[in-house]
Amino acid sequence: MKSLNHRTKVVILTAVMFVLLVAVYACGILISEEAVTGSFLNAKRPPCLEHPFGTDALGRDLFLRTLKGLSVSITVGLVASLISAVIAVLVGIAAANGSKWVDALINWIIDLVMSVPHTILIILISFALGRGLKGLLMGIAATHWCSLARLIRGEVLQLRSQQYVAVSRKLGKSSGWILTNHLLPHLVPQFFVGLILMFPHAILHEASISFLGFGLPPEQPAIGIILSESMRYLSTGMWWIAVLPGLTLVLIVLLIDKFGDHLRMILDPYSAQE
Amino acid sequence: MKGTLGRIVRIFVTCSIKIISLLFAVSIISFVLVTVSPIDPVQQYILGLGTAISPEKRAQIEDYWGVNEPPVERYFTWLTELLRGNLGESAIYRRPVADIIGERFVNSFALMFCAWLFSGVIGFALGCIMGMYRGKLPDKILKKVCYILSSVPMFWLGLLFLLIFAVWLRWFPIGFSSPVGVLSENVTLWQKIHHLILPAFTLSLMSFANIALHTRQKLVDVMNSEYVLFAKARGEGQWTILRRHGLRNILLPALTLQFASFAELFGGSVMAENVFSYPGLGSAVSAAGLQGDVPLLLGVTLFSAMFVCVGNMIANLLYGVVDPQIREVGE
Repeated sequence: MKSLNHRTKVVILTAVMFVLLVAVYACGILISEEAVTGSFLNAKRPPCLEHPFGTDALGRDLFLRTLKGLSVSITVGLVASLISAVIAVLVGIAAANGSKWVDALINWIIDLVMSVPHTILIILISFALGRGLKGLLMGIAATHWCSLARLIRGEVLQLRSQQYVAVSRKLGKSSGWILTNHLLPHLVPQFFVGLILMFPHAILHEASISFLGFGLPPEQPAIGIILSESMRYLSTGMWWIAVLPGLTLVLIVLLIDKFGDHLRMILDPYSAQE
Repeated sequence: MKGTLGRIVRIFVTCSIKIISLLFAVSIISFVLVTVSPIDPVQQYILGLGTAISPEKRAQIEDYWGVNEPPVERYFTWLTELLRGNLGESAIYRRPVADIIGERFVNSFALMFCAWLFSGVIGFALGCIMGMYRGKLPDKILKKVCYILSSVPMFWLGLLFLLIFAVWLRWFPIGFSSPVGVLSENVTLWQKIHHLILPAFTLSLMSFANIALHTRQKLVDVMNSEYVLFAKARGEGQWTILRRHGLRNILLPALTLQFASFAELFGGSVMAENVFSYPGLGSAVSAAGLQGDVPLLLGVTLFSAMFVCVGNMIANLLYGVVDPQIREVGE
């Protein structure tokens, strides 16, 4: 291990985490619908070798359901944070490049989104779109862009005061040219890091909103839905329905969080060569 | 002193104007959102009645509610009633929305206030400990705990607490704000507190990591400063330095942050109240959303926005008026 320097180690670790995440995702996709339709014969089994997470009240294997639920969570989280990050970049650039008036308007809109608790806003958006996956995605995407947009606005303002941008302008380059050649390349790492830092938040929100009953339909295997079902069986001592799927969710969120941290270390030019 | 008063008034006025514009926008947006919804409130209302009704009766209800009028007109009707203090009647509880909000906010307020106070005190204390032992073992352990806690969904934590403390150990009741089957006038204060402890504790765990990490960072900055070096050279002990130089610098930012976190607090209380079947605003809003109770949904949304705005205004006032550093610059 001595021959590996810090950077190589981080890169290898990041790759391993990435493979793990893809593996969980692929497992969830590959598990067939039949595998998660259980029979009443083995309902309410505590965890054993055959069913590592036990079975629920309908006899469905919880381990398979959890995996399937995680892949749904990852999809929702990724798509929602992708939309959110794109909104953040566009809004951030618009705020920094536009007139004072545009900047003030965008700041006001950010304040507006921040002034309603996210959970309530997602409930409203989900209600507006008739609940279900689309409402959930839109709700999470619409609430998560604010802080990244502020960050990007600051970054662009700072970049615009750099000398090379001033020189470029004196040389007669249009602001569009400056945007694509000087500003956007600097924003690429910001975009990816922001996206990955948003990812765990999006997954946690997805689980919470599904738990409340506004997200995915109840027959869908999602972590939030499994956990909200578990509420009914808590007092009868069926602890595994609540504990194990939730624990897996936490592990996945921690994994993604660490993955984002490491990716930032690699992408950020200030720490990339440490 | 006159300058300070002027600043308070100025911040207060600008904040109020902003809050009014924001609340107005929230009312428009939330109204548009519930209007475009495919969920039909009249249908939900009729389902709530529990009996089948004739088409004529349905038309009568639609007429009474004004569902067939153009949305803009409906919005202004709603807004004028709103300004008069009439939030409409809840479809699921069959009572004026304002009454429900008032009644449930008392419960929610007790929950949120306890959680807010608790997370603030614990978070601040832990932040101080982490800052004092920066880089050493207690700091490392607490930092890990804080990071992990911010990755844990709060409602799952609530489920775990229910399982451990209510089902297995039987220390606390499973839910509600008072014992089932006891008339509300016979409920003692202790019973209420007993029902409050678990939800409030869960809710406070959600936000204390944030404040602890923030306080730690501020304290580390203070401890690395020259005046602390000088204090050390004078022979002051660690805890004297914390008391004399640390607390003064870190208390106010922490308090500001705590006031600015009202949005997360409210959002968290929605989850906590649903896990613990606690009858507050959070469980009302999710019930309203699930059962298509539009007036209640709108009412709670506006109320939550108002709640968050008040928190932000207090944070702004604290930041701009009480903080001596900002105050000096301002003058």
